[in-house]
Amino acid sequence: MRRDFSDIIYSALVIGGAGITMLLLLAPTVVVVVISFTGAATLRFPPPSWSLRWYAELVNSPEIIGPAITSLKVAVLATIASGVLGTAAALGIARSRLRLARLLDAVFMSPMVLPAMAFGLSLLLVFNLVGVRLSLATLVLGHTIVCVPYVIRMVGASVQQLDPALVNCSLSLGASRFYTFRRITLPLIRRGIVASSFVAFLSSFDNVPVSLFLADARTEVLPIKLWAILEGSLDVRVAAVSGVLVIVTLTILVAAEWLGGFSRQMGRR
Amino acid sequence: MKSFVKANRNLLPALPLAIVFLVAFLLPLVVLVYLSLFRTPQFTEMGPDQYVRFVSDSFSIQVLADTLLLGAEVAMLSLLLAFPLGLVYVAGGAALRSVIMFLILMPLLTSSVVRTFAWIVILGREGIVNSVMLAFGLWGAPARMLYTWNGLVVALTQIQLPLMALPVINSLLKVDPNLLKAAEGLGAGRIRAFFTVILPLTLPGALAGWLLVFAAATAAFITQTLVGGGRIILMPSLIYQQAMGAQEWPFSAALSLIFTAAVICVVATIGAVARRRMRGLDAA
Repeated sequence: MRRDFSDIIYSALVIGGAGITMLLLLAPTVVVVVISFTGAATLRFPPPSWSLRWYAELVNSPEIIGPAITSLKVAVLATIASGVLGTAAALGIARSRLRLARLLDAVFMSPMVLPAMAFGLSLLLVFNLVGVRLSLATLVLGHTIVCVPYVIRMVGASVQQLDPALVNCSLSLGASRFYTFRRITLPLIRRGIVASSFVAFLSSFDNVPVSLFLADARTEVLPIKLWAILEGSLDVRVAAVSGVLVIVTLTILVAAEWLGGFSRQMGRR
Repeated sequence: MKSFVKANRNLLPALPLAIVFLVAFLLPLVVLVYLSLFRTPQFTEMGPDQYVRFVSDSFSIQVLADTLLLGAEVAMLSLLLAFPLGLVYVAGGAALRSVIMFLILMPLLTSSVVRTFAWIVILGREGIVNSVMLAFGLWGAPARMLYTWNGLVVALTQIQLPLMALPVINSLLKVDPNLLKAAEGLGAGRIRAFFTVILPLTLPGALAGWLLVFAAATAAFITQTLVGGGRIILMPSLIYQQAMGAQEWPFSAALSLIFTAAVICVVATIGAVARRRMRGLDAA
């Protein structure tokens, strides 16, 4: 009897805890979407009236749209650069047991462990020292380094599942290395590449610690701009930007799931 | 040399990335160490002044201690929340599992500025918590939650929770259900089974999540500055102020190295202690 009672307490704690946690995970997303339709000029919740005025104001805010476009450009370029360099590297090191390969793997993964602010600051200091002016290219370089670990892990996992016999078959049947890569290897690791590209894109688009040091007035990026707005005043336009970002993220998540079984890729990581 | 190239021929595809990392990652870190050893921002004389300055400045040390404490509190709280969620995920059917996975992935992929903004709305003077509490007459006046330590801990916990939930779920999935049946058959209640079977077996996942959340929470510049406000100063904003505000390049370089070293020390120490414990469990 006593055991049954303690079992009930356990179940209640687990289910209650899980309920609270799920609510906690969901609430911020819902709050952001709801507040973006407020008709008021404050962040009062629940909103006293409803309107689309902040979305309308957003359309006429070049000081927000400009950084958004810059962020998009940087994220696309950093995704391509880290995707190409990272996939090549993952193909080289993922299945190798050489000591050098393990070392390279550790180095390529280290941006994930190292506090990124130290890296952002160090890159800025080097550019100052060498006399390189900050530009879109220097920003993309910084973002590429931060994105590489995701590509190495996720593409690396796909490469490890690739049966080497398939590649050897193709080569021994007379196919060239390039043809084998294009027709055998690439289709088989496609899911890893797609999933890691999504993660790399989102992490570059959202990057703060590197952009904080490498973005200047001409290359202002969206997260830093939003941070600056929120530090100054509680501008409700940020709610509209957030609403747009939530919808874009949802779309990307659904697209990624549909294209490459994204949640399975994340689970495997 | 030739034999070295031949032995590592298969690594050739990694060469371009290795060069990029050498120039744009390893070299800058070496430069960071070098610049932190200058006495003044004019980079004229060298000396350990910046490190002496940190050690003899009780304010800087307090900021570092606060930052590490914040990381630990956030990691503990998210561990407490992740376990019930993981247990329900494992017990649930396919539909419940995909709902939970969606709830975890959605915030993970949403911009951190957006998630921080949500917490400004939730904790603000006219925010949800105050509205609810006032409406039910539980509080007489709106409470101040934004720009407080506890508000910051709760917000950061929610923001970093996915990093904890994923490894905890992964390790819960690996627990053999037969072990739980065996525990039950031997007369253990569910609470006992949790502490003697589930918890020890999921310790590696919990540890991985703890370290990820700890590192992420200490470095969360945006959330720290916006939810914590100007009066709670933590390492990332101190580094930023010293570098971009005061142009104290050598001091900011030293600060970022000390911060990095402190985080790595905590991660390595906790990792080593936990691994020794786990080995003890294996032997037992």
